[in-house]
Amino acid sequence: MTAPSVNAPLIEAKELVRTYEVRQGMFGKVTPVRAVDGINLTVMPGETLGVVGESGSGKSTLGRMLLGIDPSQEGETFFEGKPMPKLGTPEWRALRAKMQLVYQDPLAALDRRLTIAEQIGEPLAIHKLVPKEHRAARVAELMVAVGLRPDQADRYPHELSGGQRQRVVIARALASRPKLLVCDEPVSALDVSIQAQVVNMLRDLQEKNRIAMVFISHDLKVVRNMADRVAVMYLGRIVEEASSDVIFSAPLHPYTKALVSSVPVPGKPLKGRMILQGEPPNPANRPSGCAFHPRCPLATDICRTSVPQLRQVGDGRTAACHLVAGADQPVAA
Amino acid sequence: MISDNLVELRGLTVAFDGVKVLHGIDLTVRRGEAIGLVGESGCGKSVTWLAALGLLPGKATVAGSVRVDGQEILGGPRTVLEGVRGKRIAMIFQDPSSSLNPVLKIGRQITEALVLHRALTGEAAKTEALRLMDMVGIPDARRRFDLFPHEFSGGQCQRLMIAMALAGEPDLLVADEPTTALDATIQAQILDLLIELRAETGMATIFISHDLGAVSQVCERACVMYAGRIVEQGTIEALFDNPRHPYTRGLFDAIPRLDGPRDRLIPIPGTVPHPRDLPEGCAFSPRCSHAAVDCRSRRPDLSAMDDGRLLSCFHPVGNAVDLAPAAESRIVEAVS
Repeated sequence: MTAPSVNAPLIEAKELVRTYEVRQGMFGKVTPVRAVDGINLTVMPGETLGVVGESGSGKSTLGRMLLGIDPSQEGETFFEGKPMPKLGTPEWRALRAKMQLVYQDPLAALDRRLTIAEQIGEPLAIHKLVPKEHRAARVAELMVAVGLRPDQADRYPHELSGGQRQRVVIARALASRPKLLVCDEPVSALDVSIQAQVVNMLRDLQEKNRIAMVFISHDLKVVRNMADRVAVMYLGRIVEEASSDVIFSAPLHPYTKALVSSVPVPGKPLKGRMILQGEPPNPANRPSGCAFHPRCPLATDICRTSVPQLRQVGDGRTAACHLVAGADQPVAA
Repeated sequence: MISDNLVELRGLTVAFDGVKVLHGIDLTVRRGEAIGLVGESGCGKSVTWLAALGLLPGKATVAGSVRVDGQEILGGPRTVLEGVRGKRIAMIFQDPSSSLNPVLKIGRQITEALVLHRALTGEAAKTEALRLMDMVGIPDARRRFDLFPHEFSGGQCQRLMIAMALAGEPDLLVADEPTTALDATIQAQILDLLIELRAETGMATIFISHDLGAVSQVCERACVMYAGRIVEQGTIEALFDNPRHPYTRGLFDAIPRLDGPRDRLIPIPGTVPHPRDLPEGCAFSPRCSHAAVDCRSRRPDLSAMDDGRLLSCFHPVGNAVDLAPAAESRIVEAVS
């Protein structure tokens, strides 16, 4: 296997589309729902890309598509420059050692009848990475790396706290020395004090092992702390992407502005914040033009009719909004 | 002359199967005020109010005193409790869709509360139910009166729960993590609604949340709870500008920020102790960076400080105001 050059993306997604078929009512007709609707993104080796959005924005589906667990109907994913093999093929299985998934609910992700050492060691056996006699040592090493004590190896998931379980899930994901970790709401179920422990641990592990990460969360504060770059999703599309330093301090897309504004900051009164009207629309019933226009306080006629494309709006940042000034003049002002 | 105090909890304790989870809560809720209860899971924030309203299962042993307008309700007969629950004190929960009856139309569920608490019937009840739906921001209430809960989104279900809670015109609304299950933009809407409703109706609010930011927006006062006790209580400004209990301070430090540098977070080491094996002395001492020998042997009482807050700590952090508080062996830490 040839090592890719440093500047090549680790994973690259091009125009990914995932459509689910939803029946409306028991005898209703089947309508296609585009959960992920033409997404392009790249993640460089060792980089963390944050993905934020509300429920139904397609962020979890996107995460699964990047790993090839959810096949895309259109578009392609490239891992280290090569097209992603089909789900279930031996090539895909082999590749899965290099890309792992961490879920929100650690109890559901763990087998309650296996000890945590058995579960952490499982990827080592499946991918035949470490011979049996060295497995226990490697498991102990992984447990220490995520902040578990090796003497906890014979415990069962129910004997651990939520934070410890999430550490087990992360240790298992790290067992095959992956190059990419997709974390789907990895700390959302944890209390703040434990959340901070796990976030710090993920940052340390990433720095030490140069793992690239796709960090999916609805919690803007956690994403900002973890990610180098952030993509904001709304109804299956990326509406803004920028470095995490600028996207939260100077958001351009009205939806990003509303998201940032909706985060309650201790001591800051609710007055003057941008509170959106209405709810995210049903993906089965996508509004015309810009999907955000029914909730957008700035929407004009063009927003209702024409879909804004994601375009360059500054140094290394993109936005999909008619009203954001890009390289060219704003389309409607 | 009715007293200013609406609800008084005194020495409220709860034990499940002999394991004490709440160790004596004293809290006074004045008319119209909003109090936040913050702390991590298992600290007793929800149990306090479930116990006060007699909503805990039979295996829970509740002791102490809960007075509503001077009347003791703890252990009272059903009739007394039912006159308080829903009528004087209403409660809303984290997951609205599991609190609504999935097989009853939403209009009927709101009307039911009006029949029970306000003795309204027929058209009068329907008119009032529609008014409540309007008030909590359900668009097109008349047309949606006959819809089922699953036909509403999560945010709207929470609005409907609030409408039902308002049906009895309560003096106190206990909101238990009302926005935790909601999306960020919807959470902001519900917080806004709670603030508005309180301004309109003048009802007191207990806001139970692990989100310090949300608490600071809705409340004037907050109690920080840890392992079944209140460890610090004071105005939002006092707690947020100058937290004195190391646990309160730790909670703030652990939250990542939306501005400033993206530094490593400062977690609180360890985990919340199990109620079955609480450490001796101060329950927070094993996780506390300020703990001294006395913290591990004696438990600090919740006592009044000079700035009006209540604090239960031998070695508080932050700045003391002018006079030193009662606890003499104190290390004033010159930070922030």
